[in-house]
Amino acid sequence: MLVLPLVYAAYLSLFREQLIGGTVFAGLDNYVRAMQDDRLLHGIFRVARFFVIQVPIMLLLSLLSALAIDSGLLRFAKVFRLGIFVPYAVPAVVATLMWGYLYGPDFGLFAQVAKAVGLGAPKFLTDSHMLGSIANIVTWEFVGYNMIILYAALRAIPHDLYEAAAVDGAGAWRVAWSIKVPALRPALLLCLIFSVIGSFQLFTEPKLLQPLAPNVIDSAYTPNLYAYSLAFTGQEVNYAAAVSFLLGLVIVIASYTVLLATTRRSRA
Amino acid sequence: MTSTSPATRGVRAPGTTDTAPAARRRRSLADRRSNVLTLGMLALLIYFLLPLFWLLVASTKTTSDLFSSFGLWFAGDFSLFSNIRDTFTRDGGVYGRWMLNTLFYALVSAGGAAFLAALGGYGFAKYRFPGNNALFGLVLGSIMVPTTALAIPTYLLFSKAGLVNTPWAIILPSLVSPFGLYLMRIYAQDAIPESLIEAGRLDGAGEVRIFFSLALRSLAPGIVTVLLFTLVATWNNYFLPLIMLNDPNLYPVTVGLASWSAQAVGGSGSNAELLALVVTGAMLSILPLVAAFLLLQRYWQSGLTPGGVKG
Repeated sequence: MLVLPLVYAAYLSLFREQLIGGTVFAGLDNYVRAMQDDRLLHGIFRVARFFVIQVPIMLLLSLLSALAIDSGLLRFAKVFRLGIFVPYAVPAVVATLMWGYLYGPDFGLFAQVAKAVGLGAPKFLTDSHMLGSIANIVTWEFVGYNMIILYAALRAIPHDLYEAAAVDGAGAWRVAWSIKVPALRPALLLCLIFSVIGSFQLFTEPKLLQPLAPNVIDSAYTPNLYAYSLAFTGQEVNYAAAVSFLLGLVIVIASYTVLLATTRRSRA
Repeated sequence: MTSTSPATRGVRAPGTTDTAPAARRRRSLADRRSNVLTLGMLALLIYFLLPLFWLLVASTKTTSDLFSSFGLWFAGDFSLFSNIRDTFTRDGGVYGRWMLNTLFYALVSAGGAAFLAALGGYGFAKYRFPGNNALFGLVLGSIMVPTTALAIPTYLLFSKAGLVNTPWAIILPSLVSPFGLYLMRIYAQDAIPESLIEAGRLDGAGEVRIFFSLALRSLAPGIVTVLLFTLVATWNNYFLPLIMLNDPNLYPVTVGLASWSAQAVGGSGSNAELLALVVTGAMLSILPLVAAFLLLQRYWQSGLTPGGVKG
């Protein structure tokens, strides 16, 4: 189920459909074309920028929430844990529709508030703000999910470590920084890898915001959106397979780069 | 949270080793700090819950009230019930059908995926066979293979096999969960002592019997965690059903709502009232999962704990 589609994609990507002569073997032509395809490269560059901006913010919020909830210094910790986790139960489709309405200039909440204060409606759906608006939706959806992974790891830290730290006079901040954060490294790495995958295959959010801002989000806004429109609107199945395959490759390379970068830093 | 609540643990742990006055001083320190921290976290909580409150309020409004009344409070006439009725009767009651489809896809996929993950994880953890580590390395590597990049090739494959536009097109790809398998292997390593398996063998139980009657029970908390994650993943999936299905009667609720929303944005006039139904449908569609989250919350971390530590 995992290997078969990959092999088939690789196989398809080596062919080309022609008006005359039907499908012919094209070797690596599709890949050469993809490498020179500005729309694809811009899309990849866009999701890479998205990853660099959005993921640190999201993981920092997740880490801070997990530490705060685990610290024992928080009142109503359980309410916070559930409340922050609940957006994960909301499908990306619903989250995007909801935030799309909130962003909207007509009856969007932000526009209403801005109008009441006497300001112009904020332009969340314009070209310069769109990536940030999408980043906000993704952050909203996944802080809780990452928080739960980190929180589960925090709960597994042996208690005697805390007791030893308390005997040594370490405060809550010190315990968090010197014991908890180092112990969270594997879990953080896991979250990071999932975030690489999530960022690079961004699809649902831009796809659903497209009707609200058709001039900002074109059919190649993200690589996945591009592959989708190639296959289903453009009927360029073979090229779409090549783009999918290439995107998978980019994600695997990005994941391993992140993996290598983080493990090397820890050894130094 | 059943046994140790985090709120008490952090304060009690230092208190037990200290003398009484020091403990009191520390506790008052903790109280002061907790207010600042609680306020900061409250701001975060508002960020996460306010959109949902907006959705809840919006679902009680007619389309025209959506435009004319303030988003965070109820409008004059309370039309939640007429909205719900319209949502379920629109297009011949297709919304109810979407919800049932989602439920069916999610339960079958999650059940199957969790079972396969448990079986595979147990096998990897407890049997030494040639290529064990290499194969598990392959599983780890495939966690990184993006499911969405696979979706279009899978679609092309399925359309050759005639599986497109059937429930199988959603269920089959969702049965594979490399992350679930990874979690279950780590969980099985800790949760099932070798002695238990040996005891089973001595009693003459076959390997299959050992798995079903001994191992499965120890694995239960981990299985529930994997079940929940795959359940949410299938429930929330949009890309796969979007490309696999074109019969509205087979849509899960995500694809259905998106199609309604596209109509509401595209067509003004006749489709204008659809907007209120999209909002109401969106609100109704998240209720089952939110309820499941609240009921099953303690399972989220039980199976994750070993995975997060050793990962």
